[in-house]
Amino acid sequence: MSVEVRLPTVLRPAAGGQSVVSVEGATIAEVLGSLQARFPGVEGQLLTEDGSLHRFVNVYVNDDDVRYLDKLDTKVEDGDVVSILPAVAGG
Amino acid sequence: MALYPSILDLIGNTPLVDVSALSPNPSVRILVKLEGQNPGGSVKDRPALAMIEEAEKSGLLEPGSTLVEPSSGNTGIGLAMVCKVKGYHLKVVLPANVSTERRQLLEVWGAEIIESPGSEGSNGAVRAARALAAEHPEWVFLYQYANPANPRAHYEGTGPEILRDCPEVTHFIAGLGTSGTLIGVGTYLKEHKPDVQVWAVEPPSGELVDGLRSLDDGYVPPIFTEGDGEHLLDRKTIVGPRDSIEWTRRLTELGIFAGISTGAAMAGAAKCAASIDSGVVVIVSADGGWKYLSTNAWTGDIDAVVERAKSIIYF
Repeated sequence: MSVEVRLPTVLRPAAGGQSVVSVEGATIAEVLGSLQARFPGVEGQLLTEDGSLHRFVNVYVNDDDVRYLDKLDTKVEDGDVVSILPAVAGG
Repeated sequence: MALYPSILDLIGNTPLVDVSALSPNPSVRILVKLEGQNPGGSVKDRPALAMIEEAEKSGLLEPGSTLVEPSSGNTGIGLAMVCKVKGYHLKVVLPANVSTERRQLLEVWGAEIIESPGSEGSNGAVRAARALAAEHPEWVFLYQYANPANPRAHYEGTGPEILRDCPEVTHFIAGLGTSGTLIGVGTYLKEHKPDVQVWAVEPPSGELVDGLRSLDDGYVPPIFTEGDGEHLLDRKTIVGPRDSIEWTRRLTELGIFAGISTGAAMAGAAKCAASIDSGVVVIVSADGGWKYLSTNAWTGDIDAVVERAKSIIYF
């Protein structure tokens, strides 16, 4: 599966300044794994040491937060858009 | 009763209006709770009053006290109104890129505005306010993101009102913000109707928070964590500015003049309605459209308005 990953501003320097990259993977875990393998600079920013999603990082598949789908096991299809965004407050 | 001793007695008991004419699924009703009907103009009047009354009860607030609070606007405005009535001084830490009207309303109520960098969004305002509160222990810091009176105002007010006015509710959708509305209403509804689904909508944080230095600058409100938000919510979805504005415009066809975050909630309701066979979706309209007139959200060229909305905080 090839999916488009949209990177937040803070991760772009680690990806050579790109805001959108294409990576392979059938689940969010695989997509993030491919991303880290290709851009070692993002390592440690997305996942905690025990392998779960960092609490200040939100990952979305086509606008839906994966925490409320199947978390890192959420499946992705060819052509899906995965967005990584920092958790932000409102109010 | 039509005679009230104080404007503060008008907070809460907001109307629920049927907007099913806009539902993409004829078997799904959509109802909007118009929080813009509160006297300060937004849903935030509820937590503002609840937090202040709680602080008065506990002795934290005394006559003439000074408060400091981070806000992207509505909480600041609600607090400023309550503080004006009760005689407290309020300093609001406000991101520089909120709509002009939010600033003007704070000035109406005599609140002092302390600007935080727009590029850090609300997260920057929270950080700055926490630093100020630490430097000035004499100031009262209600801290809406961690104050249990915030979700409690919705657990005791908004939630019961929804169930009273619409016992057939199947889905509840609101903007995330501090998470006070979602935690308070969601907890209440699920206690009384465990099958109710709770959905959060949020704006894409993208370009608004270019100033965050790392993902560690992200922020999850303590009330979300303490209210076990991750288990309470059934779904969380991003709604971009274009969808938000298009739905804000569609609402005017039914005579509803609401703020841009209401359009986001409507977009979430439409997505929800399209994904279920039948049901009754209740959404919260956090505020009316008045504070966004300067953005030309209703009448401007849609592309230009969307571009502008990307740089303005409207949640």
